[in-house]
Amino acid sequence: MMAEFGHFTLILALMMALIQGTLPLIGASRNIKSWMLSGLYAGRAQFLFLSLSFGSLICCFIQNDFSVLYVAEHSNSDLPLYYRIAATWGAHEGSMLLWATILAFWTLMVSSIQGSLSLDFHARVMGIMGLISLGMGLFVLLTSNPFTRLVPVPLDGHDLNPLLQDFGMTIHPPMLYMGYVGLSVVFSFAIAALLGNHLDSAWARWSRPWTLIAWIFLTFGITLGSWWAYYELGWGGWWFWDPVENASFMPWLVSTALLHSLAATEKRGAFKAWTVLLAIFAFSLSLLGTFLVRSGVLTSVHAFASDPTRGSFILVLLGLVVGGSLTIYALRAPKIREISEYALVSRESLLLVNNVLLVSAAASILLGTLYPLILDALKLGKISVGAPYFTSVFAPLMAPVFLLAGVATLVGWREASLSKLLRQLRYLGPTSLILGIALTAVFWQVDDLKTLSGLTMGIWLVATSLLSLWNRIRLRKRFVEGLLAQSTSFLGMTTAHIGIAVFLIGVVISNGYSQESVVRLAIGDSTDLAGYTFTFRGIEDVVGPNYKAKEATFTVTRGSSEEAVLRTEKRIYKVQRNNMTEAAISPGLTRDLYVALGDPIDQQTWSVRVYYKPFVRLIWLGGLIMMAGGFLSVIDKRYRLSHLIRSVSKTQTLQSPPRHS
Amino acid sequence: MRIMLLLIIGSLVAPLLGAVEVREFDDLEKQTRYEHLLKEVRCLVCQNQSLGDSDAELAKDLRDEIYSMIQSGQSEEEAISFLTDRYGDFVLYRPPFKSVTWLLWVGPVLFILAGGSIAFWPKRDKQRQANPKELTDEERLELDRLKRRID
Amino acid sequence: MKIRFLIPLAVFLVMTAFLAIGLKLDPREVPSPLIGKEAPKFSLTDVMDASKAMSTYDLKGDAVLVNVWASWCVSCRQEHPILLDLAKRGEVTIYGINYKDTREEAQKWLRSYGNPYHSSAFDPNGHTGIDWGVYGVPETFVLDKQGVIRHKHTGPLTQAVIEDELLPIIRKLRGEP
Repeated sequence: MMAEFGHFTLILALMMALIQGTLPLIGASRNIKSWMLSGLYAGRAQFLFLSLSFGSLICCFIQNDFSVLYVAEHSNSDLPLYYRIAATWGAHEGSMLLWATILAFWTLMVSSIQGSLSLDFHARVMGIMGLISLGMGLFVLLTSNPFTRLVPVPLDGHDLNPLLQDFGMTIHPPMLYMGYVGLSVVFSFAIAALLGNHLDSAWARWSRPWTLIAWIFLTFGITLGSWWAYYELGWGGWWFWDPVENASFMPWLVSTALLHSLAATEKRGAFKAWTVLLAIFAFSLSLLGTFLVRSGVLTSVHAFASDPTRGSFILVLLGLVVGGSLTIYALRAPKIREISEYALVSRESLLLVNNVLLVSAAASILLGTLYPLILDALKLGKISVGAPYFTSVFAPLMAPVFLLAGVATLVGWREASLSKLLRQLRYLGPTSLILGIALTAVFWQVDDLKTLSGLTMGIWLVATSLLSLWNRIRLRKRFVEGLLAQSTSFLGMTTAHIGIAVFLIGVVISNGYSQESVVRLAIGDSTDLAGYTFTFRGIEDVVGPNYKAKEATFTVTRGSSEEAVLRTEKRIYKVQRNNMTEAAISPGLTRDLYVALGDPIDQQTWSVRVYYKPFVRLIWLGGLIMMAGGFLSVIDKRYRLSHLIRSVSKTQTLQSPPRHS
Repeated sequence: MRIMLLLIIGSLVAPLLGAVEVREFDDLEKQTRYEHLLKEVRCLVCQNQSLGDSDAELAKDLRDEIYSMIQSGQSEEEAISFLTDRYGDFVLYRPPFKSVTWLLWVGPVLFILAGGSIAFWPKRDKQRQANPKELTDEERLELDRLKRRID
Repeated sequence: MKIRFLIPLAVFLVMTAFLAIGLKLDPREVPSPLIGKEAPKFSLTDVMDASKAMSTYDLKGDAVLVNVWASWCVSCRQEHPILLDLAKRGEVTIYGINYKDTREEAQKWLRSYGNPYHSSAFDPNGHTGIDWGVYGVPETFVLDKQGVIRHKHTGPLTQAVIEDELLPIIRKLRGEP
């Protein structure tokens, strides 16, 4: 019954999406008020029905209803409750339903600001989101229905992929989807603005908080995924430039550019056409990512079970959404009047450089990801493009970003003096360099130019960001007063920039100075790595809820003091009968110690992998700091709803219609 | 190629620990060469993993081959040729610079140049057009003086 | 309408075209660089008889099929009846390379299911397989009279593959000197 209910509510949601996607748009062009308002109700109804639908799917998992094919394929009665719930989005059908549900959630959120925008503009936004919901809903219903029944009913399910039976893995997809799908909001704002010729800077102010929230989720999702890969996959890597990872990174790069572009459009009315285009790109890349992951067109460890039929459907959807939006862009964007002027040395200029760099980086990643496909399609042979290519291309592209991000905050809008800027920086430059050289020399090797330059750039970024903060603080009498007087938006920006500096430092040091070794250890043996001694204490059998394992215990000492006791396991899961290694990590801000059990050589001896990874935690700490920065920006007074309405009520986009019945 | 999947289904969720063979090398340079190669070569039967990260049977065999080649003193290039002779360029994660891959390697540079020119070029024309209120010389001097006062 | 603003749309359409073609391709198939080259030499023993030698020399003289198989390979079991059928027709000689197997298992397999091969080379450590660029059994090679590899099919054979792909090539090769 549950599954049928879920199926039924899905169909109802789809009908609501149909209404939401058509009536408001027609209503906006023909000025039919009731039709424009219908989007509101249809959107909220869609959310209600999809929540019910998704809820029923979760119930099917909780109740171990193996008559539902999707549950039988991805769950098992021995699977702990927590993972049974998470299994709902563990594979293609359920995760697509989650995607659609999250879109309905964002729709609900957007519907709540209806009163503050002009009716026709809001109607268009709802309409476009409705069309996307319609497309995704049809995709789920027609090609990826999670509610299909299975007859005869199996006794038990096929279990969730053991790799997914992990906390990090369970929240990573929902966070990512919140980000991907959230970008549809700014996308819809952009298209609505193009359609109604509403491209003033108020549009940017309205879009910014939505973009920020989506960006924060996307940053979180990617950081989480990277951290998960590190501790779960067992060989110390945290980013592999796998097509699916790239599919999440490209929207992140473009939405970062979008955030910066929105700032310029909001404050100075600059880059109007650029910003709209970036909004279209960001969401398009999200959709493209969905296509790449589920169509089987690229090989990836992350890929869902691929099916060309599904691939074709998404491709058509992609073509309509992106093709349609780019056509509207081509038709309407030339009419946008760029009224801002700025000199070559100005913050606008630097933001433009930032945009070009970030978009070029995203484009390069796209090129690398699709290149094997392109060559194969043109019958020019088959190649692979992997991590070595991406790292050699990406790092040089990003270097200018680190150099200029902090500098941009020191440069004024419109027209700035280069000499004044250089005067401000004349101490910072050499100081950063000296500090970088000193640190590298003391802790590592001074002739290691990679580490040296990375460290120096990180220090430089932190210094320039803090300098601009200091410039503002010292206008006040007291430090604390000065600090508190800054807008949270400015503090957010400073924090986020410091976040990427922390990330860079973590990457540079852990890449340069990680050590690993694979050794043969008998019980009682030790091995040394980076000044730490790892001793194999013993091995015993343990039993988990749906697996059996051999657990090995190691103690790690440094000199005479004990650093950690590490327990690593080699698990065999009962149902899918695959081997999984659970690595043991001793985390620390300055270093991670990592032990993973290999293969048994005889009764007493095993092969073991040990790692020393200095400062690797900074990588994810940087991500978290970036998120904190985003959060600070979002809670800025400027974006409080009341303030937004008051300050921009004069502009055309946002004139609240006079209240008459 | 669904049938292929049947064969390699083991490696999909197999011990994703990668190379756990204990290798002995004559010197550090050989070890570095070996480890570097393991990152540059693709596991052909896996869903996008490097040779070092994979636990597939073929990956183990190829690692053994590479090990014996490096131990016997062969260079990285020789080991790479060995593999590309048998499996083609597909086996390398770093695409060689050939006529077909020219665009791949030059692409990023082209993007920056294209982006930069689209972004910065029209600005100067617009600057000239959209600036009807040109300052006279006296006004400009006055402006400079005021500016200097603020600094 | 300024051309500049159409560029994103144009680029997108080109990309979509490639993606559409991509849906029909197999991203995991590895084309063989050995096509057009002389078959990598091996000198092994016959799987059925350790005292008998088998080498690439034996493959010359006629256009032949070389099929890489193993007793542990499920798909080989699938294509086996088709190979037996083809062998019975007598139109083309089929040689085998027994890849990463044990002699005992291989012989047992051939005895239980039939032996379509004129002879099968025993390659227990997979070395020859690697030389031939084998990455997933079963794989079938077409060799010409000079022992040059002219075609490779990865994956189990089907009747369609035999009729439409392999046999036409064999017949053409027979016409060559």
